[in-house]
Amino acid sequence: MQHDNWNGFNCGLWQSEINVRDFIQTNYTEYTGNCSFLTKATKRTSALMQKLQILFDKESKQGGVLDIDTTTVSSLTNYSAGYLDKENEIIVGMQTDAPLKRGVNPFGGMRMVKQACEAYGYSLSEKVQEEFRYRTTHNDGVFRAYTDEMRLARRCHVITGLPDAYGRGRIIGDYRRVALYGVDKLIEEKKKDKDNLKLNNLNTEQIRLSEELFQQITFLGYLKQMASLYGYDISAPAKNAKEAIQWTYFAYLGAIKEQNGAAMSLGRVSTFFDIYIERDIKNGVLTEESAQELFDDFVMKLRMARHLRTPEYNELFGGDPMWITEAIGGMGENGKTLVTKSCFRMLNTLYTLGPSPEPNLTILWSKDLPSEFKKFCAKVSKDTDSIQYENDDLMRPIYGDDYAIACCVSAMKIGKQMQFFGARCNLAKLLLIALNGGYDHTTDIHIGPQMPVLNDEKLDYDKVLERLNVYIPWLANLYVNTMNVIHYMHDKYAYEKTQMALHDTKVGRFMAFGVAGLSVITDSLSAIKHAIVRPIINEKGFIVDFETTGYFPKYGNDDDSVDSIAKDLTHKVITELRKTPTYRNAEHTLSVLTITSNVMYGKNTGATPDGRKAGEPFAPGANPMHNREENGALASLNSVAKISYDDCRDGVSNTFSITPDALGKTDEERVENLVNIIDGYFTKKAHHINVNVLKRDTLIDAYNNPDKYPNLTIRVSGYAVNFHKLSKEQQKEVISRTFHESL
Amino acid sequence: MSNIEITGKIHSFQSLGTVDGPGVRFVVFMQGCPLRCHCCHNPDTWDINLGQDYTPEQVLNKIVRFKEYFGENGGVTISGGEPLIQAKFCSELFKLCHKNGINTCLDTSGFKLNQLIKNLLSQTDRVLLDIKYTSEEEYHKYVGANFNSVIEFLSYCNQIKLPVTVRQVVIPTINDTEENIEKLNLITKTYSCIDKVELLPFKKICQVKYDNLGINFPFKDLPTPDKEKMQYLNSLIKI
Repeated sequence: MQHDNWNGFNCGLWQSEINVRDFIQTNYTEYTGNCSFLTKATKRTSALMQKLQILFDKESKQGGVLDIDTTTVSSLTNYSAGYLDKENEIIVGMQTDAPLKRGVNPFGGMRMVKQACEAYGYSLSEKVQEEFRYRTTHNDGVFRAYTDEMRLARRCHVITGLPDAYGRGRIIGDYRRVALYGVDKLIEEKKKDKDNLKLNNLNTEQIRLSEELFQQITFLGYLKQMASLYGYDISAPAKNAKEAIQWTYFAYLGAIKEQNGAAMSLGRVSTFFDIYIERDIKNGVLTEESAQELFDDFVMKLRMARHLRTPEYNELFGGDPMWITEAIGGMGENGKTLVTKSCFRMLNTLYTLGPSPEPNLTILWSKDLPSEFKKFCAKVSKDTDSIQYENDDLMRPIYGDDYAIACCVSAMKIGKQMQFFGARCNLAKLLLIALNGGYDHTTDIHIGPQMPVLNDEKLDYDKVLERLNVYIPWLANLYVNTMNVIHYMHDKYAYEKTQMALHDTKVGRFMAFGVAGLSVITDSLSAIKHAIVRPIINEKGFIVDFETTGYFPKYGNDDDSVDSIAKDLTHKVITELRKTPTYRNAEHTLSVLTITSNVMYGKNTGATPDGRKAGEPFAPGANPMHNREENGALASLNSVAKISYDDCRDGVSNTFSITPDALGKTDEERVENLVNIIDGYFTKKAHHINVNVLKRDTLIDAYNNPDKYPNLTIRVSGYAVNFHKLSKEQQKEVISRTFHESL
Repeated sequence: MSNIEITGKIHSFQSLGTVDGPGVRFVVFMQGCPLRCHCCHNPDTWDINLGQDYTPEQVLNKIVRFKEYFGENGGVTISGGEPLIQAKFCSELFKLCHKNGINTCLDTSGFKLNQLIKNLLSQTDRVLLDIKYTSEEEYHKYVGANFNSVIEFLSYCNQIKLPVTVRQVVIPTINDTEENIEKLNLITKTYSCIDKVELLPFKKICQVKYDNLGINFPFKDLPTPDKEKMQYLNSLIKI
C-alpha cells in the first residue's frame, strides 16, 4: 500500500499491515544532544495559556467544576464544536461545546452522575434520565450479579476502589493509528477481521467478538463525523506534523467523549510525532518554534480534559485526575535509543506552559539513555516536580519497545494489550480481620472464614502466618470473582468501542489486582516476629489495639530480615490470585500502588501491631512508613527495590521526596546526583519512582497560604497533583512524609 | 585473616550523602572525638563508648549494596566524630573499599599525624579537611588543639599528592572576615594538593542535640551568616 501523504517516509512492513511500531523503527531519528535547541513559549502560546489559566482559576474558585451540560449524554458526535480561542488554536477539539464544560456519561452508572450534578448545584435533566430509563448501566449490571459476600467486602473496605460505578479505564487506544493510516483504512481492516471470524461454529466468545467488531466499526465512523464537526476529514492518513498531532488528538478525544474511565492514558506519541516534525522541518515547512507550538497546543488540550466526578471521588484522588499518561524515551530492542528531539519538546511544555500534573509525563528510563537526556529529565524533575520514572530495562524484555503506561505504572503493548482494572485490597485490614477470626471491628462486619479470635497474651508469629494462610487465599478468590463480575458487566454494558477499535482484534488482556498497606502489614509482621506484641481486647472479645514493646526491624532500611516479609507477601498474594480463573482468560497481575487513597485506607483501618494508630494514613504505594527510615534515602530505595516485578507486573510505586540541599550543593551537582540515584535504583531492578525535589517548609507554607501557590505540583503515587487540590488531610499526610534532608 | 579482628565504634550510617565529597556517597559516621570545637554540630558523636561495634567487613557489606548509585564520582566518605582516632579501622575499611572499586573520602580535622594515620591516608582518595580556623590562637581557643598539627597533616597530604578539599565553617563575629579568607588563600597557595575550598555557613539546628545531652552549646548565641555574606566571602576565595 502506498499513499501520497506518506511521501518521504522509509518503506516497511507498516505499509502492508497495521504496525505503528514498524513505522517508528524504520523512520525515527534518534537524538543524543542536549536541550539547547529548545525554544521558549511564543506570544501566541503564552496568550492562549493565559486565557486557559483564567478558566482554570475560575473553575477552582467555583469548587472544582466550571459548568455541566446536564442534557446531553457524552459521546463522539453529541456536541457541536467548541473552542478556547478559535482564531489562535492550532490543535482543536473539546469534550463538549465549551472549554472545561463537563458532559454527563451515565453508561458506567447513573447514581454517580446524578450525585455529581447535585453536588455542584445542577440536576441531571429529565431528558437524560428518560433516555436511560430503559437502559442497563454497567453499575446496574454489576449489582445484579454481586454476591452478598462481595457486597460485604466492599462495605468493610477490605476490597475498595472497585470500578463498578463509572468507566473502568486503564485502556490505551493506539491513537497514533488514526494519524498514520486514516480512519478508512482502520475500518477496512476491522471489516476484514469481522468477515474472517469463523461463525460456523458459534461460541460465546466469537459471538461477543463479532458484536464488538460491529460496534468498533460504527464508532470509527462516528470518529470521522466528530472530526468533520471541526472541519477535518480524517479518513486518510495525516499529511504533516500538525495533522498527525490533530488526528491523534481526535482519536484520544473520541475515547474520552465515549468513556469516563478512571485512567484514560495517552500512550507513547512523542517519538511518533517526531517523525512527522522531522519531515516537515526537512521540507522547510516547519520551524523549531512552530514545532514547539504544536506540542504546546496539544498539551493544553490534554490539560483541559475533564470528567464529571463526585466530590468524594475528587477528595480521594486530589482533584480529578485523568492519568493522561505519556511514556517518553526508552530504548529500542536493537539497542538504539528511542529518544528524539520531540521527547525534549514534550518535557519542555512544563516550561512553556508551566508545571502541571497532566499529562502524566513518564520517563521510560534505561541505563543506556543518552546522558544529555537523562540530565534534562533530572533538571525537569528538580524544577517542576511533575514527572515520574519507570524502568525501561525491566519492562522492555517483557513488553518490547512499543509499550506505554496506563494510569500510573501499568505497562502494556500499545494496541495489542489491554487491562481489566481492579483497584486494590487492603492487606493491613486483612491482617486485622485474620487476627479477629473473620471480623472487621471498624465496620462491625463478620466476613470470611469464621474462627476464634487470636487473643493470645503475646502474638505468635507462626500462628499469625497460619492465619494469613487461610485469609489470603480466601480474599484472593473473592477478589478475582468480584473482578470477573465487574468486567463481564463493563464489556456488556459499557464496552470501549472507540479504544478497542484502535487495538488489534486479537488482544491480550491483563486483570490488574492491587494491594494497599504493604509497609503496614510488613512492619506489623516484623513487630510480631521480633518484638512483643500484646493484643488489646474489647468487651466483645475482639482485638481493637496492640501494645508493642521492644525493637523490631522496619521496612525501608535495606534490612533483609524485614524486607523479605514484603517480598514474600506480594509473592503469596499473586500466587493465590492466580488460582482463580479470570474473565476472558486475562493474565493476573498485581500492583503495589495506592494513588492518594492511602489516606482513606488508613482512615478505614484500625490500629496495627507496628504501632500505627487507628485511622492513621498508610504510606503511599510501596513506600516505607513515614519516618521509619533510619539510614537515609538510598537504604529506603533499596528496600522497595526488593519487591519483585515478576510478582508485581502491574507496577511497584515509590514516591521519593528530597530537599534540594540534600541532593547537592549546586544545580549541576543536583542534576548529576539525581541521575545517579535513578540509575542506581533501576539497576537494582526497581520499577518506578516519583521524584519531588522540594522543602517541607514550602509545603507547609502552601498548606497555610494556598493562594500563594496556585500551580504547586507534586508527585504523589504514580501521578502528580496540584497541591491545593488535595484535601487538608491529604496535604497533612504529604507534609508528614519522609523528606530526605541533608544533615 | 589471622590477626584479631579490628572493630570500629560507629555512630550511624547515611546511605545518601551528597555534600560530603563528590557525587553520591555512603557516609559512615565514626563515634568519638577528642576535640571540643565550640561550633560542633555533632556533640552526640563525642563519647566513643556510645558507638556500636562493627568490623570493616560488616560495614563493607552495607556499602556494597549501594555501589550502583555511586556513578563515576561517588563512593564512601568516613566522617564523624573524628575518624583519625580510629585510623586503623578506617584504613582497613578503605582497603576493602578499594578492593571493591569504591572511591574513598576522609572527612577529618587533621588534628594529628602518625604512622597509622599515614597508612589510612595511603588508602584515601580525597581528604575533606575541616580546617576550622587559620591561626594558632583561635584554634587553641575554640578547638582546644594545635593548629600546627593541622598544618603538619596538610603538608603530608601535599607530600603524597593526595587531593584535599579545605572546608571551613563560617562563624559570624569569629571568622567571617576578609582577613580569614586571605589566610585561607595563602594556605591554598602554599599547598598545591588543595584543589577546592568550601565555605559552610554556621548552623544552629544542632541545638536540640546539646539540649538532649544536657550540655552547653558554646556558640548558641552567635548569629548564622546571611546569604550575601557567604556569597561575598566565597567570591574572595582564590583557587
